[in-house]
Amino acid sequence: MADKVLMKGNEAIAEAAIIAGCRHYFGYPITPQTEIAAYMAKRMPKIGGCFLQAESEIAAINMVYGVASTGLRVMTSSSSPGISLKGEGLSYLAGADLPSLIVNVQRGGPGLGGIQPSQSDYFQATKAGGHGDFRMLVLAPASVQEMADLTVKGFELADKYRMTSMILADGTMGQMMEPVALDYDVKPMPEKPWATTGTKMEREHNIVNSLFLQPDALEKSNLERYDRYSYIEENEVMYEEYMMDDAEICIAAFGIASRVAKNAIVEARKQGIKVGMIRPITLWPFPTKVFEKAAEKAHTFISVELSMGQMLEDVKLATKCKGEYVLCNRVGGMIPSPEEVLAAIEKANGGAK
Amino acid sequence: MATTQYLFAGFGGQGILFSGKFLAYKGLTEDKQVSWLPSYGPEMRGGTASCSVIVSDTPVGSPIVSKPDVLVAMNLPSLDKYEDSVKAGGVIFVDSSLIERKVNRTDVTVHYIPATKLASDNQMPTLANMIIVGKILKELGGYSEESVNAALKKVISAKRADMLEINLKAMQIGANN
Repeated sequence: MADKVLMKGNEAIAEAAIIAGCRHYFGYPITPQTEIAAYMAKRMPKIGGCFLQAESEIAAINMVYGVASTGLRVMTSSSSPGISLKGEGLSYLAGADLPSLIVNVQRGGPGLGGIQPSQSDYFQATKAGGHGDFRMLVLAPASVQEMADLTVKGFELADKYRMTSMILADGTMGQMMEPVALDYDVKPMPEKPWATTGTKMEREHNIVNSLFLQPDALEKSNLERYDRYSYIEENEVMYEEYMMDDAEICIAAFGIASRVAKNAIVEARKQGIKVGMIRPITLWPFPTKVFEKAAEKAHTFISVELSMGQMLEDVKLATKCKGEYVLCNRVGGMIPSPEEVLAAIEKANGGAK
Repeated sequence: MATTQYLFAGFGGQGILFSGKFLAYKGLTEDKQVSWLPSYGPEMRGGTASCSVIVSDTPVGSPIVSKPDVLVAMNLPSLDKYEDSVKAGGVIFVDSSLIERKVNRTDVTVHYIPATKLASDNQMPTLANMIIVGKILKELGGYSEESVNAALKKVISAKRADMLEINLKAMQIGANN
């Protein structure tokens, strides 16, 4: 077992990507994720990799498209406004069925917004990364260890399903340091017979493209993609259940919000309140069935978010609007305190004792 | 089931982040659960810089310290800003060479140490932060040459190994004052 070291979340992502075999990083600086680029700039030249600071986020995502076409592991990272710029490229990656890893260390928005932590790109990540019918695997780490673990996992899933994995983190996760062990048994990359690596005059040309002018062909590619998505929804859901066994109040939270919520749950349990938490680790696919099952016992769902309730919609859908719903949130770079979450729990339990 | 929440605050450049990092590493070498979270952004340049450090026997929940058990104030704006947030029964360490006023709270323990003056008197002007760390470990327990050395070796890169001794000396000065 590797020694634990203290690392920033951003650095853990970068090192884990290298361990996963990523040798191509393209990016453009933006707070609060610039440590990823800085780390790559330092490490990549030493291991025969390529670090390139592109002229813009748009250039960087299209460089990702280029390397992904050759079948190599490739990534870019940015923060909220930069991810919006990459939207077109995300759609093209999906249309061409290319695997890639994209990191969004979110900051407050909309617009240029601020630089403090946020989770307000939930809709963008899970529902509308760009135009057209497509999904991304959206992974939401809640510790520095998970920043690293989900990076490795993200590359593996991206290759397996020929699609984009997005790490949806936030400024706190990127900036904080925690002990991390980078101890991975990275699976070998699957064969990629579709990659554009040169025919050597031995095979037909491979073409990587997202343009299908015949509507029936385009429809077919969409339907095939959605078959894959259905399979993923059945097989790749990840979540953590915390004190859910007897929970009558269920908190839904991911990332930093789930860390704050844990403190509040510990305090509420001391008062005898039966509260637990479902923490989605994959935001897409969303742990729908887990929430549905929780609704059999829980009367109230409290969504703790750094957004105006973007995830709450998915919680309502998953539980078919059977319960009572509460949004406990702060936005714009603010983070709810454990006391605010505790107050929401007490209120749901019928007031403070 | 002990958890200690530290808040270090001062000007950018005083080594606030480093001293927090040292305590986090010290916790790590002692098999504790730890987290370290810096303030980031414009406030770092000239205003108050701060970092939250949690050292615990159990997994760390929120890494954000809003009610510290221990506050280290290395300038007046930091003391003004955070004095009221310290938990009742908590501890405040004040760099008394930079902060002239006394702490108003009466429900906390206060240690005044002229760290910046001690640092310049001992030809180590950049190590006021580690003098305070020495004082913290002395007052709160956990000061042993062995554990301090182990943590220093983790936090100071091999390239800067020549800095080990002077950091150690700074902490000794803090512990003896």
